[in-house]
Amino acid sequence: MLVLNNIEVIYSNVILVLKGVSFEVRDGQISSLLGANGAGKTTTLKAISGLLKSELGEVSDGNIEWDGKRIDRMGPDGVVKMGIAQVMEGRRVFQHLTMEENLKVGAHLRKDSMNVKKDLDMVYDLFPKLKELHNRISGYLSGGEQQMMVLGRALMAKPKLVLLDEPSLGLAPIIVTEIFSAVKKINVEEKTSFLIVEQNARAALRVAGFGYVMDNGRIVLYGESEKLVDNEDIREFYMGLGDLGQRKSYREVKHYKRRKRWLG
Amino acid sequence: MDTFLQLVVTGLAVGATYGLIALGFVLIYKASGVLNLAQGELMMFGAYICFVFSVQANIPFYAAVALTLPVALLIGAVIERFFLRYMIGQPLISVIMMTIGLMILMRGIATWIWGTEPKVYPQVFPQESMSIGSVNISYEYLWAAGLSIFFVLIYIIFFRFTKSGLVMRATSDDEHAALSIGISIKKVLSQSWAIAALTAAVGGIIIGALVGLDTTSFPQYGLKVLPVVLLGGLDSIPGAIIGGILIGLTENLVPEYLGFLGGGMEELAPYILVLIVLIVRPHGLFGLKRIERI
Ligand SMILES: Nc1ncnc2c1ncn2[C@@H]1O[C@H](COP(=O)(O)OP(=O)(O)OP(=O)(O)O)[C@@H](O)[C@H]1O
Ligand SMILES: [Mg+2]
Repeated sequence: MLVLNNIEVIYSNVILVLKGVSFEVRDGQISSLLGANGAGKTTTLKAISGLLKSELGEVSDGNIEWDGKRIDRMGPDGVVKMGIAQVMEGRRVFQHLTMEENLKVGAHLRKDSMNVKKDLDMVYDLFPKLKELHNRISGYLSGGEQQMMVLGRALMAKPKLVLLDEPSLGLAPIIVTEIFSAVKKINVEEKTSFLIVEQNARAALRVAGFGYVMDNGRIVLYGESEKLVDNEDIREFYMGLGDLGQRKSYREVKHYKRRKRWLG
Repeated sequence: MDTFLQLVVTGLAVGATYGLIALGFVLIYKASGVLNLAQGELMMFGAYICFVFSVQANIPFYAAVALTLPVALLIGAVIERFFLRYMIGQPLISVIMMTIGLMILMRGIATWIWGTEPKVYPQVFPQESMSIGSVNISYEYLWAAGLSIFFVLIYIIFFRFTKSGLVMRATSDDEHAALSIGISIKKVLSQSWAIAALTAAVGGIIIGALVGLDTTSFPQYGLKVLPVVLLGGLDSIPGAIIGGILIGLTENLVPEYLGFLGGGMEELAPYILVLIVLIVRPHGLFGLKRIERI
């Protein structure tokens, strides 16, 4: 289980981005972390995975525990070894490597090369399209193919928890559905937990059991996905399902108030 | 015509060795974006360490080479650990200054230990030559070419087919993504310096066997790596090899056929070639471009 206890994150010793964030991801659970641009979602994932350090960021207060051990002082290689894999925002493929090489390098820390082969087949079962493309130079693959590949690459490490940063970014709805179904499938079959950062709240809440909403460096709302889906604020801010057309001026006032409540 | 063929063979042989040395340079550049101006000094150290083993310790030559290789790997790793490690994330110019500093330091150490007296290995390659028709090709150069090509192949196999090679290629594509899948960048940098020192040492030994060892003139051969990589493209492995061969050919053929332009053409010609190529292709002949999908 992953537990964040009241963490603060500071960049370059002065820019305070996370202002006391606490939440947990239970084993076998899919959780989502929602929020507007600049809320601090990616920063949260980087704090967990240890990638902050290469960007002059640090967890300046609080701590992060994984299965009872503190991981906030570890480097990213240590965190991956402990079973946490991050899929970075923006489809970071190794562009001059082939598709299959990208997947294989995901398993570079593993010693059980017999099972690596099996897991490669597992990824190809998950995304049959990737199998056809196995010899392609990955820099030329389409956005959807690249997103499937980087998710597959993370799975090749056999992680217990995957941190998935905006997998739906810039993809067609049908591909988004495919990717989220794959997440669900891996979650059910391999008991892998996921923490998914999304702007597409609807897609995320559909697969996630639990959701956290972040605003300006704080968690402002959380709950089971079914409850969040019904929450007026979420519907309006993240799903575009506000009561449009009805008493527009009143709506705007309400909007402002709610916004303020979140920020406060 | 005979002279021409002979010069071509010599050029190919020396060029293959330049290519080998340049591979180390390209590797460091790909792994960390660092231009290692001390590649020639790494080469000199390799050559002299082999001299210590083979002449001073009187070990049979090929055994001495085998002993030199792990020492070279170690020297590369030590240099990375104690110098370059502190330059991660520093401005490019500081890093370049660091490698210039290393270059001067290593020259100093080499002169201090081995003096300025030229030295030679025991006879390494057979001195006879082989005649094909009317062309005489000395075995020396064939051996040099063969050994260089052999090590180039090992290098290519390492990068294509081993896990460490794959990890290093991935890191050179995207360092942050490499971090995110748990690659230790420090380990990659250390390995890239170790391997660069190794290829430099092998190249240095081959050149030492051909022309002898001399702490004052040896580093000149190391500087050849610059036109080679500029020509081939700083980040291209095939570029390094082909660049090496082109430079080898140029410096052998030009003095013969354009010698009337004046002495020293063998020094100058490679740079003229580089200038022309760079004007036409700024990334060198084979420099990788970032893949931009539109
Ligand atoms: N390396 C950095 N140095 C300084 N500030 C940073 C750094 N990285 C992020 N920030 C700032 O931290 C804040 C949160 O950024 P973060 O990337 O975590 O947001 P996000 O919630 O992931 O947003 P998005 O949805 O746009 O990806 C932003 O204001 C950003 O400018
Ligand atoms: Mg983000």
